[in-house]
Amino acid sequence: MAKITKANSVGEWFDQRLNTTALNKVMMTEYWIPKDINFLWAMGVVLAVTFKLLIISGIFLLMYYKPDVNLAFDSVNYTIMQEVAYGWLFRHMHGVAASVIFLIIYIHMFTGIYYGSYKKGREMIWISGMLLFMTFSAAGFSGYMLPWGQMSYWAAMVITNLFGGIPLIGDALVVWIRGDFNVADATLTRFFMLHVFLLPVTIMAIIGVHFYTLRIPHVNNQSSEDIDYDAEAEKYLAGNKKESKVIPFWPVFLSKDFAVLGIFLIFYFYLVFFNYNFAMDPVNFDPANSMKTPAHIYPEWYFLWSYETLRGPFFDMFGLKAGDIGLMIFGFAQAAFLIIPFIDRDPDILPAHKRPRFFIWFWIMIIDLLVLTVYGKLPPTGANAWVGFYATAVFLLLFASMPFVTKADAKARGAL
Amino acid sequence: MRELKILAIVVFFTGLLYWGVEPFAHTKLHPHVPAPDYTFKDVDGLNGLIGDATKGAESVASNCTACHSITAVGFPPVMDDVTSAASYGVVPPDLSTSGKIYNADYLAAFIKDPAKAAKTAHKFEDGAAHPMPAYNWMEPQEIANIVAYLQSIAPKEMTNKEVYVDACQRCHSIKYGDFYGGSMAAQTPDENIKSYMGVIPPDLSQMIRSRSEGFLHEFINDPQKHLHGTAMPRVGLTEESEDQVVNYLTEVGDSKKAEREALAGPFLGYLVIFAIFALLWKMKIWRQVH
Repeated sequence: MAKITKANSVGEWFDQRLNTTALNKVMMTEYWIPKDINFLWAMGVVLAVTFKLLIISGIFLLMYYKPDVNLAFDSVNYTIMQEVAYGWLFRHMHGVAASVIFLIIYIHMFTGIYYGSYKKGREMIWISGMLLFMTFSAAGFSGYMLPWGQMSYWAAMVITNLFGGIPLIGDALVVWIRGDFNVADATLTRFFMLHVFLLPVTIMAIIGVHFYTLRIPHVNNQSSEDIDYDAEAEKYLAGNKKESKVIPFWPVFLSKDFAVLGIFLIFYFYLVFFNYNFAMDPVNFDPANSMKTPAHIYPEWYFLWSYETLRGPFFDMFGLKAGDIGLMIFGFAQAAFLIIPFIDRDPDILPAHKRPRFFIWFWIMIIDLLVLTVYGKLPPTGANAWVGFYATAVFLLLFASMPFVTKADAKARGAL
Repeated sequence: MRELKILAIVVFFTGLLYWGVEPFAHTKLHPHVPAPDYTFKDVDGLNGLIGDATKGAESVASNCTACHSITAVGFPPVMDDVTSAASYGVVPPDLSTSGKIYNADYLAAFIKDPAKAAKTAHKFEDGAAHPMPAYNWMEPQEIANIVAYLQSIAPKEMTNKEVYVDACQRCHSIKYGDFYGGSMAAQTPDENIKSYMGVIPPDLSQMIRSRSEGFLHEFINDPQKHLHGTAMPRVGLTEESEDQVVNYLTEVGDSKKAEREALAGPFLGYLVIFAIFALLWKMKIWRQVH
């Protein structure tokens, strides 16, 4: 039993029972972050806030949304958008945040790749982050189905159909996922469950893990310097704040995050009020119609690059059908970035500009993903199909070459 | 400086990405079509003839009112909507406002040959006939008189909803126009309109969100431009009437537009203030560590 005496303040009362002073030190005032960082280090907090916006707006939408194929479209587009006070605001916030969060995830992810923040003890940060990327993708996809518009229906049709390509169990798997032979009411209600319960709960749990994974290896810094945290923290606490290479999470690190967040929120709410069509596709304002295929079916922008790897191989090769090759590459693309820590054979942590060959690799990757994304939206005909084909080939070659590229850099530096 | 350089790179690639998946992709997905033509240059219209409304009244009484109601001058509908839809395939329009909402040249061309003016001749190739017969046997002057008469009885002002009802509602429902009352359902019952048009014309409740305003103008002015072979007729609305129809679609489908635009300023203003204070606080804190 802890020693409980008469408390002189509310803080002390809690401290005796919950040890809040120590907790505050561990989590905030003596949780050490490197000082040598730039605004890209604020993306984690930006993501946490965007996720919070999604949860809050989602709760309000949940109060009026009806998961039924006959009611869903009108509950969103009439009840929420036209009748409920500020329902349109919550829906726009939710739709735009769902899209923008992927932009920030990609920035966060490529910051990690650029600075080599995924290896030498930081593998679990990377893996838990990639798990978040996957669960967020599932949440994005399941949420997109809920308004039951044309794109909801047809995207669900196309994507669930993909599982049919898996050998032996494919057909049964499609029925199992849909809960029906077709995309129907049972499909909508189960994706509703995933979107409002299982996936958010899973995401919150993985966010907890992701934060915890930072504890032991610490956050990386701009020059990838290996910092002696104990010594630097001691300096800081002794008052040598200017010399110390570390800063506490609160208030120093978060003050920078809030400044970045302020600018981000202006950008985000500008989109909410004025430029939302990129996140809320106009085609999805046509009610789902199983008899009428839209002229162009494409996923949301953040899935386009992997969708294009599916369409990339458009002719049979090596005795395999084009569709099967596409499906294999698509399957690989979902997990491709997960394996980066294990195919990077450079033993040092360094930013890309200090790894000349990797630096080129990095920018080719960015450009290739951009090409895949843009061509993933265009109809795959004529020259477009060939652009998609070569961009997919480059994507695969980049992963195949990563061990050699990274090893060559290490050798040139004399590290191997 | 380094932060700004990194920011520039992030902004550049984000902009490139946005340009690629939005404006660029849309030019490929939705090919450009010529701008709407509100003069209907291509039709065989009045050709400069000036009509006489008094004579037109006689012609209308002997040629039009057997099928068309003109409630404004005391010709009520002879049948209810269901019966007339069953008889004609589609509910014939009341002519009270035709002289105002339709372009005069278009109206003359339509009387002469409805399918040709409406650009729906492709629907009537295999023996089927347009529900309204062509009046190409009529003297052009008499047609001009009819148009003049219809213009003389038309109201000067109409609400957006009135234009919509007369121009669109015979075929299209717009459920959100009266969600609980149901009064904005298409006048022609589904089964009749389906056999007449081939499909049930879409509900227009969310057209303002699913199609851009520009697209709606191009489409209503000449549906064939964007949807070649569609059964939807070119209806020949004047520019003013078409604006009113699109405004009605906005009032119904994007009813909170004004609220959204009014809220944006204060909302973003608040965030700018928040950002300034956040930046000042950051500078104050970081001065201690740099």
